[in-house]
Amino acid sequence: MKNSRWLSVYAVAAYAFLHLPLVVLAVFSFNSSRFTQWEGFSLTWYKAAFADTQLAEATGNSLLIALAATLLATAVGTLGAYGLWKRNSPWITTSLYLSLVTPEIVMGISLLALYQWIFRYLAIRLGMHTVILAHVMFCTAYVVTVVSARLRAFDASLEEAAMDLGATEWQAFLRVTLPQLAPAVASAALLVFITSFDDYVITSLVAGVDSETLPMVIYAMARKGFNPSVNAISTLIVVALGGLILVSSRLERNEAER
Amino acid sequence: MNRLRFWCLTPAGALLGGLFLIPLGIIFAYSLLTRGPYGGVFSPLTWENYSRLADPLYAAILWRSLLYAVIVTAICLMLGFPLALFIARAGRRRNLYLSLVMVPFWSSFLVRTYAWMFLLRDTGLINSALLAAGVIREPLTLLYTPFAVILGLVYGYLPFMVLPVFATLERLDKSLIEASADLGATPGATLLHVIVPLSKPGILAGSILVFISSLGAYLTPDLLGGGKTIMIGNLVQNQFTTARDWPFGAALSLILMLVVMGLLVPLQRRGSEGLL
Repeated sequence: MKNSRWLSVYAVAAYAFLHLPLVVLAVFSFNSSRFTQWEGFSLTWYKAAFADTQLAEATGNSLLIALAATLLATAVGTLGAYGLWKRNSPWITTSLYLSLVTPEIVMGISLLALYQWIFRYLAIRLGMHTVILAHVMFCTAYVVTVVSARLRAFDASLEEAAMDLGATEWQAFLRVTLPQLAPAVASAALLVFITSFDDYVITSLVAGVDSETLPMVIYAMARKGFNPSVNAISTLIVVALGGLILVSSRLERNEAER
Repeated sequence: MNRLRFWCLTPAGALLGGLFLIPLGIIFAYSLLTRGPYGGVFSPLTWENYSRLADPLYAAILWRSLLYAVIVTAICLMLGFPLALFIARAGRRRNLYLSLVMVPFWSSFLVRTYAWMFLLRDTGLINSALLAAGVIREPLTLLYTPFAVILGLVYGYLPFMVLPVFATLERLDKSLIEASADLGATPGATLLHVIVPLSKPGILAGSILVFISSLGAYLTPDLLGGGKTIMIGNLVQNQFTTARDWPFGAALSLILMLVVMGLLVPLQRRGSEGLL
């Protein structure tokens, strides 16, 4: 079935709608004027963004949080997917689905309520640790979904063969199943990194004074009024995260073709 | 066999229980309590937080959220279905076209919302271009309007429609379409009477995902609506921060969760297609 001309014309318009706002943002991040008339190519706003210590500190926080959340959520999610593949647990599966579609704002305030309740009894405060735990929570479901999809195509008899040949359960999992899952695990890890790095709603609710993230700074700058440095830093974020998502989808595709 | 499975599921189970289900339980408990003088929560138990939803001020916000979610879902269906059809028929280029939908979707929700602020503001690109072309004399007020909020939501959640619809269209039995053409149906009639009914599962999944996401939206109405066209999400956030009325905010969240859970049932029956 070929595409009709009308449908192709429509698709061009739809892709323009999806991509032009980001392209325009990127183009104007190189504008020498701070207004929306093009006056010439310049790296002024990139220099300003790099010189901004608040942005640098927030980027460091975001990277640290995203790395920690990626490691933890990928481990918990991969093990969880494997456990569910052995035998499904309706209780865990349903909770995972629910956590995927729960509005971020509800997840954020419920975590805030939990933290505040715990802090009544323990002398802890909001900070990097509360943000990381929150991110691990909402990212684990992504990992389970991606890894489970790969496990559905995995031949269980390979594991049985390993155990018939004398491997223990653990050895069969670590040396036969896990290597087969590696591309899906890597792809899931990239998704977690992107999701964690970009999150604003939940993070802003559970962050402390010492854990301001990059999205929080960008949000504050965007609220305050027009600042071309935001265009520059936004362009960098889109390019970096877009690159990661391309790698992630390439990993998944290679796997589908195997 | 079972011991390994047990150890594999324990971390995920503990995480979901401790950081998802228990917090939701706390929110449920708070929604039945009374607000304290300094913003804390106190007994006695009361239904008052729920009955306050009937207050015209809050009912208007709930109604607006529902209305926006329905409008956004309808627009996403109209824009997303033809795009999914195009991708499904693209042959070898399918993956490329699918990536072109997914890359901006994953790249950064905050930046994508900010991009529309940049385009829509009074001195933004759209107004500058229209002024320079002489189409208008005064800048149009585009940002901080219902139009901006709906546009931002459509832009943000369109891929949620495209993906599940594409997934069902891709699996569609081609011989049914050929049979329809052989029996004399025009391409339009085939589309209406064969393709659309057969892709109903994808349309349903996509519509539910877009609807749920729009209903619970926070960032888009906040940045593009500028506090003038607030939705349930903003009201919840407000109760937990500035207004410090946690019980009422908790009741609002619970209502939102009930809607989401109600819509999740048909979605889960269909499996997870399109969730990622």
